[in-house]
Amino acid sequence: MNRLQVAVIDYGMGNLRSVANALKAVAPDLHIEITSDAQQIAAAERVVFPGQGAMPDCIRELDTRGLRQAVIDATRDKPFLGICIGLQMLFEHSEEGDVPGLAIYPGEVKRFPAEKMLDAHGGKLKVPHMGWSQVQQSGAHALWQDIPDLARFYYVHSYYVAPTDSALTAATTAYPFDYTCAIAQDNVFAVQFHPEKSAESGLQLLRNFVNWKP
Amino acid sequence: MGCAKRIIPCLDVTNGRVVKGVNFLELRDAGDPVEIAQRYNDQGADELTFLDITASSDDRDLILHIIERVAEQIFIPLTVGGGVRKVEDVRRLLNAGADKVSINTTAVLNPQVVADAASRFGSQCIVVAIDAKKVDNQPFEWEVFTHGGRNATGLDAVEWARKMVSLGAGELLVTSMDRDGTKIGFNNPLNKAISDAVEVPLIASGGVGNLQHLVDGVTLGGADAVLAASIFHYGEFTVQQAKDYMRQHGLEIR
Repeated sequence: MNRLQVAVIDYGMGNLRSVANALKAVAPDLHIEITSDAQQIAAAERVVFPGQGAMPDCIRELDTRGLRQAVIDATRDKPFLGICIGLQMLFEHSEEGDVPGLAIYPGEVKRFPAEKMLDAHGGKLKVPHMGWSQVQQSGAHALWQDIPDLARFYYVHSYYVAPTDSALTAATTAYPFDYTCAIAQDNVFAVQFHPEKSAESGLQLLRNFVNWKP
Repeated sequence: MGCAKRIIPCLDVTNGRVVKGVNFLELRDAGDPVEIAQRYNDQGADELTFLDITASSDDRDLILHIIERVAEQIFIPLTVGGGVRKVEDVRRLLNAGADKVSINTTAVLNPQVVADAASRFGSQCIVVAIDAKKVDNQPFEWEVFTHGGRNATGLDAVEWARKMVSLGAGELLVTSMDRDGTKIGFNNPLNKAISDAVEVPLIASGGVGNLQHLVDGVTLGGADAVLAASIFHYGEFTVQQAKDYMRQHGLEIR
């Protein structure tokens, strides 16, 4: 089998082409493919786990394609990048549809509480959180290399992750309260924002990922 | 700190070219879509909107090819609208590289398409475009129009916005037909009424003639994003100038 350098996991949800396009733009020489083949994912050097849509649908489609174990295995043994729902699914439970996640990390996925969605002037903040917000890095990490602290990335989501273990948090953002927008542990890095749609900062993060040797 | 107000250049595309009209009429050629998209990206645009204003479905595939080319080289969100009639159209646009699809006339003719598309692909990628005009023959202030502004619907724009969000729209693109192409500024009372009525972000559209209009769209109209075409297409202002101006006026800008 032709071994993939980067496997973008396809479980039938959302548009993966943006992710693949951005990876190809930063790493034109790498063999990058969108795949739903568990063996190909197991053999790949690196794995990107994107996600779009509602978490209950994402979990169901992942299971329909028999990819749950492939994702869990990838989080154990190779550079792994989760994006958006691909971050949220790593946790134990989501308020979206009240479903269990893959439970790789302890913690909950919560909906933005309506009563707290106010700006500094008491104005209403919109949900989904859609647009460019600052990413406050919690510490140095290979994936933050050459990305200034407080750089803005593009978000679109109505739920956010609340890890039980605060040591998992690699960055936070404020909308309007601080919450975890990136996690890191060993070979796993996962983000709530969309690096593939975050212009130069996003491309730099993807460049860092394809060069990452955890 | 929160979320930056977005500046969205809008590219009206027909026959593979970017054009710009006044009050939805009198189209003028403004250039090649991929080149223009690249220019706005380089100037720091936060997002791009492509509206396929081609009436005939023969040319529909043209916009797919344009979106494919843009999506390969530009890494900011892309919204595409115009002529979306069924869930399958949404799928094709998303597969071509659109991040969001804007639904306008079809939302009125068949609201179920909005509900089905949102449940299939997620609310985050379903934008409902509302073309509204001030009327004096109705018990409400602003009426929804379809078919590029030709057909009155009898619908109250504010109520319509609420209904679309309840069906799953993740964002609203509100165009004032009275203002479109006039350069006298957004219809801020219209935008404010809709923005206050819904939870989802609102993109203000129609009427921008100077940079203060963009600021007013946010501060007076309650818009989360401002969309403009002609001030950028004809080189009056760059996106960067617009961002600098908005930042100087106290707005949070990327």
